[in-house]
Amino acid sequence: MIPALDPLTRAWRSPQGRTGALVLAAILLGAAVGPTLLPDPVAQPDVIGEANLPPSVAHPFGTDHLSRDVLSRVVTGARISLAVALLAVALSMTLGAAVGLVAGYQGGTADAALMRLVDGALAVPRLFLLLLVLAAWETVPAAALILLIGSTGWFATSRIVRGEVLRLREESYIRAAEALGAPGGRIIFRHLLPNTLGPLLVAATLGVGDVILLEAGLSFLGLGIRPPAPSWGGMILDAKAVLVTAPWSGIFPGLAIVITVLSANLFGDALRDAVDPRGA
Amino acid sequence: MSRVLEVENLRISFPDGQGGRLYPVDGVSFSLERGETLALVGESGCGKSLTSLALLQLIPPPGRIESGSTVRLGDIDVLGLRGERLRQIRGRRIGMIFQDPMTSLNPVFKVGDQIAEGIRAHFDVSRAEARSRSFNLLQEVGIPDARSRLDAYPHQLSGGMRQRVMIAIALAAEPEILVADEPTTALDVTVQAQILEVLDRLRATRGMAVLLITHDLGIVAGRADRVAVMYAGQIVEEAPTARLFARPSHPYTQGLFASVPRLTGPVQRLTPIGGSVPPPSAWPAGCRFRPRCPKAFEKSELAPPLLPVEPDHRMRCWLAETGGARG
Repeated sequence: MIPALDPLTRAWRSPQGRTGALVLAAILLGAAVGPTLLPDPVAQPDVIGEANLPPSVAHPFGTDHLSRDVLSRVVTGARISLAVALLAVALSMTLGAAVGLVAGYQGGTADAALMRLVDGALAVPRLFLLLLVLAAWETVPAAALILLIGSTGWFATSRIVRGEVLRLREESYIRAAEALGAPGGRIIFRHLLPNTLGPLLVAATLGVGDVILLEAGLSFLGLGIRPPAPSWGGMILDAKAVLVTAPWSGIFPGLAIVITVLSANLFGDALRDAVDPRGA
Repeated sequence: MSRVLEVENLRISFPDGQGGRLYPVDGVSFSLERGETLALVGESGCGKSLTSLALLQLIPPPGRIESGSTVRLGDIDVLGLRGERLRQIRGRRIGMIFQDPMTSLNPVFKVGDQIAEGIRAHFDVSRAEARSRSFNLLQEVGIPDARSRLDAYPHQLSGGMRQRVMIAIALAAEPEILVADEPTTALDVTVQAQILEVLDRLRATRGMAVLLITHDLGIVAGRADRVAVMYAGQIVEEAPTARLFARPSHPYTQGLFASVPRLTGPVQRLTPIGGSVPPPSAWPAGCRFRPRCPKAFEKSELAPPLLPVEPDHRMRCWLAETGGARG
């Protein structure tokens, strides 16, 4: 048993945490294998009269205005949405942890400079910053979207990590490691980082939900994942015109967003309670 | 005997929150010979722990060591070192044991890795070599079944075992000086004796000098060669242990002895020292013990220097001039 991973075990024991984790796992599994079992989500079938069909056995979620299978697009969209969310969050956590560790451990001028930078960055509305950059692009590769979202999502995380490091610095085992002559890099990576994993995990899990919403929002505005690649936000955009006559093409991707974000948040909240029982 | 450590006029300051600075350690000087044990005795808040942290520049900010302070290891001026040169001294020349073995070990690492960390911070050896040295150290500090303890996490060990692990870590880089800050305070009485025995044995076999920091006069007797008593940021009396126990001379030291129960001799009432240790912000002018001292007189309004009582025996009290503090 590794004490740093204790919160995971405890989150699993709470009903909300377990529900969230199981649903997330099911979504991940579906996103991984689903697209291979379903019709092509992008190609437009060359069949007249197949557009905007209601749910049926052949098309459980119906078809959209271009006759494409909505279930197939929702499942393939999950792959893209989750990939963007997970990679962007991984990037944010890495940046946030690095900055927080350096600022908290070095203290002094480095700390002051980094934290003022973070304060400044937090004052800029993230969505507008992203809109500004994305609007200038004709097409956006998924990698660029990940980089943009990831590199603008670490500010709050760096503060959490820094706060945690400031607390840990007072622990006598950190002083003991210093008294032992352990090099600074070693103290940061071996002593401080593992002890901040709990709060980092919480931030990451809740961050996944945030990024899914953000990416869906950007795609809905036509600035995220661009058609014809399926993304949940983009599907709702497409469905806007036919929302009254063929609501399924918008409802199902909407439900996918709600369920995914909800389960990520459920699991994240359970993790937070496990990391800090007082905050429960 | 050769002198391994020399501390001169050590002053440590902290901001007082009103623009000024307080001096919880105010002009401490002592030295340590090879192979000897010096006990630094005092109540909490007297500055003894800060003194020990200053030896390796471990004073947490916003505290700082004032210029004019000196810590010498042989011909190295420790307080002048920075960065990598300072790191090479920490653990390698001076090893430290901290008060609370529950919080001084990192909860997320196996104890074997924590000892190996100290070895690999100073010696260029392989993982396997570090592990086998860690095993030897665990055996040396008297941990049974050392092989399997290497892979234990701190929470799987008892308090006494953890303190032994702390000692093994402090010894990892083979320092010539071991600083033990209240090494037994958090432990049961029976375990205390065992730990002190381990320290004493290591001092003898390795020829280390030990700076034993404690509030407990009871563990000093028979273990320390010399004793320095601290009060309010200063050393107030210093003497070889036997002499100090036979003839405590400073009124504060006498008060300490009068407040410790004795197992031998007639049953007597304990006499506590009146009042309590003032914080650094409330230290009086003149002799700092004056407000609590039963023997204070006119001259106590001037700050006394360390004055000789007899050879090797000095105290910070004007009564040394007349010899009137005895008794």
